[in-house]
Amino acid sequence: MSDRARQACIVGIGETRYAKWGGITDASERGLACQAVAKAAADAGLAVADIDGVGSFADDRNLGVLIARDLGMRELRYAGMSWLPGGGGACGALGSAARAVEAGHAEAVVVYRSLCQGQHFRFGSAAASYGQLEKPGFHQASNLLEAEMAFSLPFGMFSAPIAYAMVMQRHMHLYGTTSEQMGAVAVATRAHAQRNARAVMHGRPMTLEDHQASRLVAEPFRLFDCCLENDGACAVIVSTAERARDLGQPVIRIAAHAEGAPGQYGWGPFLDTNGSDELYAGGGASVVAREMWKHADLSPSDVDVAQIYDHFTGLVLLVLEAFGFCEVGESGPFAASGALAWPNGALPNNTHGGSLSEAYMHGMNHINEGVRQLRGTSTSQVEDARTCLVTSAAGVPTSAALLVKD
Amino acid sequence: MTDRYFPDLMPSPGISRESLPWWEAALEGRLVVQSCTACKAERHPPAPCCNRCGSYDQGVRDTAGTGVVYTFTVVHKPLIPGMPEPYVVASIELDGTEGLRVVSNLVEIDPSEVRIGLEVEVVFEHMSEELVVPRFRPKS
Repeated sequence: MSDRARQACIVGIGETRYAKWGGITDASERGLACQAVAKAAADAGLAVADIDGVGSFADDRNLGVLIARDLGMRELRYAGMSWLPGGGGACGALGSAARAVEAGHAEAVVVYRSLCQGQHFRFGSAAASYGQLEKPGFHQASNLLEAEMAFSLPFGMFSAPIAYAMVMQRHMHLYGTTSEQMGAVAVATRAHAQRNARAVMHGRPMTLEDHQASRLVAEPFRLFDCCLENDGACAVIVSTAERARDLGQPVIRIAAHAEGAPGQYGWGPFLDTNGSDELYAGGGASVVAREMWKHADLSPSDVDVAQIYDHFTGLVLLVLEAFGFCEVGESGPFAASGALAWPNGALPNNTHGGSLSEAYMHGMNHINEGVRQLRGTSTSQVEDARTCLVTSAAGVPTSAALLVKD
Repeated sequence: MTDRYFPDLMPSPGISRESLPWWEAALEGRLVVQSCTACKAERHPPAPCCNRCGSYDQGVRDTAGTGVVYTFTVVHKPLIPGMPEPYVVASIELDGTEGLRVVSNLVEIDPSEVRIGLEVEVVFEHMSEELVVPRFRPKS
């Protein structure tokens, strides 16, 4: 166990404005990354030059070594890229940053995400990047992911909604989960976004009837079961407890973190649909949940507020089960009971509006909101919140962190 | 020549050393799974080595070409012109294997009629002289 003085804390958070997909045209994605990092440094009371580590996940286009140069960081002592794919890696990148500062390899590590998807291909849409030919035939796969997609793309499994709709279809078959229960996730989250001026969906309330009337995308997912696509950037800075006490903000410890996947999970159901019902229809988060609780000295009943990655409403349900907030198969009724809604729910979730209604920042904004809750500055503040669970995307090898205010 | 279900512009498979035998078999009208020459363990998608015994000597073996729908989705917004609207993507658990599943499509069925547990059989769609794609239809 590491020295308590060096225990990892989040000392700063920052973000640019969030806009709809393609909505930011006056800055590059690289420029937005720099802005978010600079804002997080200012929030922490640090000079950007003092940041000495960079971390990200899922093959970030915005290379850390270049962002470090762009921002004038004095020296770089840590540069970590998590292999967790897609949205699974935000908390993994945070956890790697925590390990780096705790082991003394860096003093202040920034983890960030910048997205200007109008200027690039659409993240998660494989068809946009792979394999269209003039005439049906073969082409040489250029990497492992593309080779594996030979068994999904030719069948029209082009995007995340399709893959995870199939997971939820199985969950519904096994446990009787319903579209209305998934709708409860979307409605609670949208209500939180109405209180948050940063949210892209601020000013656009939604009822369960609206959810049910939205068009079918990939059954059982309707449009309002699916996250947004956005432009913007988001960053957090990890440093030591000792340093955190000298800086301006409340001390928020990364009390526990974990990453990984069950054996044989591979990249998850986007590429492979084998495995037991527990594995396939469980979203694959069970190992991360077990490992995180093992390191936490806390249990689900100690969690005051959660920021559970919501690429799709249904995947939030699977994570609630994996982390032990309800029994396997019981997440639908749990959500429909109002458990996820601020202020009266048993577990207010995604109090910023999440990926469904604040912004799709691959889960980095969920970490920022977790910090706000523990600082007492959320727009949907849970009274005296001291413990916040943050998770990254389930359905791929994933990660989670437990943030605690001393 | 069988019927066509999907348009020419569907993404082509990115071929690797591991995947080529599966697609070559499809070209011959066979639905196969990878099978370890040493210990007979099976897997799909195929891999460079056996995750049970470690052997790199991997072959394929024919399946019956039948199975049941493990899960599915009806996709309502095709990305590529000429695709059926809606179309069905399904995971088919193959009969006579170690519970292996393949992702494919269900054709020759009204999408609203698809259910988990439906018994299906393979049908080979000839996309071109060099590409044949296995899809599934209700078992006759």
